[in-house]
Amino acid sequence: MRLPLLALLTRGPAHGYELKQDLEKLLGAAYSQPNVGQIYVTLGRLEKSGLIAGEDVEQSGRPNKRTYRLTEAGHEAVLAWFDETNDEPRVRDEFFMKIALAPESGLADPIDLINRQRRHYLRTMRDLSKLAASEDRDNKVSQLLIEGAMLHLQADLDWLERCQEELE
Amino acid sequence: MSDAAAAGPGGGIPAGDAPSGAGGVPIVRAEGLTKTHVGEGAPVHAVRGVDLAVQPGEFVAVTGPSGAGKSTLLHLLGGLQRPDGGRLWLDGRRVDGYREARWSVLRRRSIGIVFQFFNLVSDLTVADNVELPALLAGASPRDARASRAELLAELGLEGRERSVPGELSGGEQQRVALARALVNHPALLLADEPAGSLDSKGTREVLRLLSRFHQRGQTIVLVTHDARMAGAADRVISFFDGRITDDARLDGPEPGPRRGPARGPAGSVSHVVELRD
Repeated sequence: MRLPLLALLTRGPAHGYELKQDLEKLLGAAYSQPNVGQIYVTLGRLEKSGLIAGEDVEQSGRPNKRTYRLTEAGHEAVLAWFDETNDEPRVRDEFFMKIALAPESGLADPIDLINRQRRHYLRTMRDLSKLAASEDRDNKVSQLLIEGAMLHLQADLDWLERCQEELE
Repeated sequence: MSDAAAAGPGGGIPAGDAPSGAGGVPIVRAEGLTKTHVGEGAPVHAVRGVDLAVQPGEFVAVTGPSGAGKSTLLHLLGGLQRPDGGRLWLDGRRVDGYREARWSVLRRRSIGIVFQFFNLVSDLTVADNVELPALLAGASPRDARASRAELLAELGLEGRERSVPGELSGGEQQRVALARALVNHPALLLADEPAGSLDSKGTREVLRLLSRFHQRGQTIVLVTHDARMAGAADRVISFFDGRITDDARLDGPEPGPRRGPARGPAGSVSHVVELRD
């Protein structure tokens, strides 16, 4: 959550609750939203490490509101973030280990494991389809997030099929 | 007396001899269905003893690797190929012994089929492609026109009536094929890789339409290798090497693992799309 918050602050100073709302609007319902407490904690850490600077703004009849702005170091951190490429998602190694060790242990049948894992993925696929249908069609960012998740699942399902071909 | 005469005129289907399932009469019921392709090389056992029941209103996807025999299974259900063994009932009527003449009557009235490559009649207009099966099934020209107009509007194809298939995009052609398959209100819709030759936009469109007709009660059996399409169904059958290896119901709660919960609240997908710091 650190870098997305910093990236939002490149637009100008904002307070915690604003940042939470902006993130929700941008990413849509598909993305599991951090609660406002997590955002405040992250902002506190970012301030401590000098990437943002906080300033209390007085509000009449209410507690002060803390507004944050990006520091020079924070700006550099965002640039570096955009500049680097990301690691590819890892193979589902936990499930891979089960497939590898099921015959060794004699406690589970690999084909049964594959069938149950496939059901689980298919249910998730169904949930994603429903989410894509209920989510705002014009929110491209959110739709792409869901489509990405579906394509990953498709690849996982293809891989299960390969496992079955080899192990059946 | 020939078989056809014994079965009665006009494709009438003799009732009886049909097993009754717990949930009423299934639209499709197969027992020990087998089909072996004999060509130049070794015989290919495409379908090897399949038992299957599809209830009215179900949306069933059959998935599996290419060559698993899933299209052959669909062709057996639609009478496009004949089984070598086993028994098949459609809507309670035993049909595995039917010959082509009776199958074609049955398909016209009770089974709609869409294919990967649309199979539209290329020198007929969109309107004629959709009206033809209605006219063949005995509808008046006026009723056929009305049904065609309603379906084309529903499928977003108004204004395309006078086009010929070659003038349409793949996605549009598949929608025409869907209209043609549904014009006689078939009890069963069979779809063989309906998005197999479409881009991702066309795929989403076909998926949306299948889901919409399913919500109105259409029984659908869909063959696909695309998990995104399979995920729209209520039930997914995994087909492998001519056999059903798994039959999973996707609606309702997930039958939990044997110990302990494996995931969050039902319907939660946040674990898949979570951003990690």
